[in-house]
Amino acid sequence: MEIKKDSKKEKIIMIIAGLFTGFINGIFGGGGGMIIVPILTLILAKQSKIAHATAILIILPMTIVSAVFYLIFGEFEIKTGLPVGIGVILGGIIGSILLKKLSCKWVTVIFILVMLFAGGKMLLF
Amino acid sequence: MKFLWFVVSGLIGGAFAGMGMGGGTFLIPLLNIFYDVEQHLCQAINLISFIPMAVISLILHFKNKLVDTKGVLYIIIPGTLTAIGGCFLAKIIKGELLKRIFGGFLIGLAILQLILFIKEVKKGNKKVKEI
Repeated sequence: MEIKKDSKKEKIIMIIAGLFTGFINGIFGGGGGMIIVPILTLILAKQSKIAHATAILIILPMTIVSAVFYLIFGEFEIKTGLPVGIGVILGGIIGSILLKKLSCKWVTVIFILVMLFAGGKMLLF
Repeated sequence: MKFLWFVVSGLIGGAFAGMGMGGGTFLIPLLNIFYDVEQHLCQAINLISFIPMAVISLILHFKNKLVDTKGVLYIIIPGTLTAIGGCFLAKIIKGELLKRIFGGFLIGLAILQLILFIKEVKKGNKKVKEI
């Protein structure tokens, strides 16, 4: 009985997490991974590396749907999109290999510093 | 020069995305701050370029047995629905305002990560003491 109760609670948490993550990923065109990773590690008790990899699987369908709508709304431009896209694919391969080898600690520190700077700049200027 | 910067921005964003560390949260500010690419366009580029990158990196992660598919549909299905709502809301917000809201979102993320990081370090210290 106890296990059943827990799994029901877990499902509800997952649904709420999904609702929130999807909305963020749609409105900001990204960032959903940053929401879902801590939920996976802290609430659903997944190991850090597993959480990071699984987050990509979770975000992918949300991203496909959002991408379709952004395309319909005519927000995309190939001239800028193509070079960035080439970089992202190459970078993605590098990142995937690094995830297996590196500790996430220094990545987190860089992340915090860059986000504070970039966030401040975008919010204020 | 612009072309090169776009590729480099993609590389940095892609590397973090491949690690599951918020690729777009790097890519969007890189494009927006340095080359003043319009916010909606930044977001569209991020979404579209994420797709092939995610497929490749998922293949690698599946090979490395890092993906846990248990119950993920409970997150994915509701998330896909609200994602559509998010897209419509983004469409009606002007680029300049969306950029500022996004900036606030980044600061929020940084604070969240900082709290998690401090927690992690404290936990680590405790472990060391226990040993």
